[in-house]
Amino acid sequence: MRGAWIALSARYGTALLLVVLAAVGPFLLSQFNLLQLSSFAAMGLATLGLALAWGYVGILSFGHAAFFGLGAYAYAIAAINFGDSTLAILLAVLLPAAFALLLGHFLFFGRVGDVYLAVITLCVTLILFSFMNSTADPWYRIGAATLGGFNGIDAVPPLNWPGKPDASLLPADMFRLCFVALAVTYYLIGRLLRSDAGRILIAIRENELRSELVGYDVRLYKLFAFVVSAAVAGLGGCLFTANNGYVGPTVFDINQASEFLLWVIAGGLGTLAGPMIASFAFQYLQTFLGTNQVLNTPLVFGAIIIFFVLLVPRGILPSLRDAANVLVSMVRVVRARFRAEQLTERRT
Amino acid sequence: MSAAPILETCGLTCRFGGVTAVDNVDLIIAEGELRCLIGPNGAGKSTLFKCMTRQLRATSGDILLRGQSVVGSHPHQIARMGVAIKNQIASVYSGLSVRENIWVAGRRLHRGEHLERSVTAILNEIGFAEPSRFNLKVDALSHAHRQWVELGMLLATNPIVALLDEPAAGMTRDEMLKTIKLIRRLNESATIIVVEHDLEFISLLAKRVTVLHRGAILLEDSMANVARNPLVREIYLGKQWQAKQ
Repeated sequence: MRGAWIALSARYGTALLLVVLAAVGPFLLSQFNLLQLSSFAAMGLATLGLALAWGYVGILSFGHAAFFGLGAYAYAIAAINFGDSTLAILLAVLLPAAFALLLGHFLFFGRVGDVYLAVITLCVTLILFSFMNSTADPWYRIGAATLGGFNGIDAVPPLNWPGKPDASLLPADMFRLCFVALAVTYYLIGRLLRSDAGRILIAIRENELRSELVGYDVRLYKLFAFVVSAAVAGLGGCLFTANNGYVGPTVFDINQASEFLLWVIAGGLGTLAGPMIASFAFQYLQTFLGTNQVLNTPLVFGAIIIFFVLLVPRGILPSLRDAANVLVSMVRVVRARFRAEQLTERRT
Repeated sequence: MSAAPILETCGLTCRFGGVTAVDNVDLIIAEGELRCLIGPNGAGKSTLFKCMTRQLRATSGDILLRGQSVVGSHPHQIARMGVAIKNQIASVYSGLSVRENIWVAGRRLHRGEHLERSVTAILNEIGFAEPSRFNLKVDALSHAHRQWVELGMLLATNPIVALLDEPAAGMTRDEMLKTIKLIRRLNESATIIVVEHDLEFISLLAKRVTVLHRGAILLEDSMANVARNPLVREIYLGKQWQAKQ
């Protein structure tokens, strides 16, 4: 009974916590903090996408910055052209998904090995980075939106209520939307993973050859997971840009590409809540260090990466879980010993 | 036993650079048969199995399953046609529990309640001493138990042909006998080809034995005759070398 409760609260607890945060946050936090946390949540969303692809299906992809960035640019360009954000959101999810479908088709049906997959996705991301960097000429424009090269696209309109282009979302509404989107995505990915298809995806990570010899088309399953995770990353990019009002080519740079990976591995492969928590913690640390200027930020992050690789290689959440298990079994042993002593005392 | 071949290889050849691992093999397996494949190390037994399931691509020749060529099909398609394989190195989901292992294999054919029932039936079939062990990760199991989990996975896919590569290697005698029981159970619905080195295992199990040597079929006969054959003794024991001593 108690086990069932723990399982249930683990399943819904995190999503509920996020919803509660969405509800009360606007009453407790300053405007600045709301904007900042919305931005963190958008990044957290993209991290969830990678946590699915890498942590559960074993696809080590550097391409999530590409999907995140494509979502961001697609939203910016579409919102500027349409003046309404509803369709722009849809495009920001569909474009990265379509791109992942094409890229994934070559990667999985071409039987590209794991290491090459990482290299190819990184290259694709960096190609997008240098392409976007070289679009400074006003010739590079899509409708009313100029791509702007290294300066990126300024004055991206914020989200608006569906069908009312003039009614933009206030920072408080945006905060609510970002956290609810995060909660819903977290819940849906969790549900996908508990479904039959999800269990097969996890089995493919465990042993690809066996899954194939049992009769599953591994390529299709991986492609599916890759596309879903790209769509989630695209949604993250969309919310990020809508919140900041700006998108530049740095969404495709190597820093961004490796950050998602760092957050997933620090949070723990094979968990969803871990990478999400890690993404918030690391982003907070980054802005804290950046504003304080006491320590050199890259230096601290380098030390943290080394710390995780050497001491917590499995990530925060799995390590905490192990520690909790050890604690529980220790308590059990102590309790059993205590009872045994009581029994012998009674007998004597 | 009907005589119609369920599996047939015609001139199957597999080369790695200059090495011919499988050399022009014509193998005919009748429906319901339990065939043993023996041969010294490097005779091409495992390569033959891998060609049949397209884990390796055959250089030339054809593989017919019920008269239909499976060359050019993907491994998962061959599996769906009913060919199951247990590779020499146990290939299971180490990070998943025994129950989940069988579930994943069974999920290809069954859904919902039906699936749960067939998973439970197979777990009873592989029958560990303690049922609580079904919830253990396969990682934590002994070598023999892992082999049985893999056989259970094969059972769950309900194959028409099962290729078993050294299913009893490294087992104690009792474990080997249990493995034989499981293979007989599998043989009720599937034709089986099994590679083994253990002569007791083979004589208990197989009626017909095919001997592979240097990638080619050396002879095909009953176990008793094969064991008596001087040529087989020579390639296994190196009689010539002994005679020179």
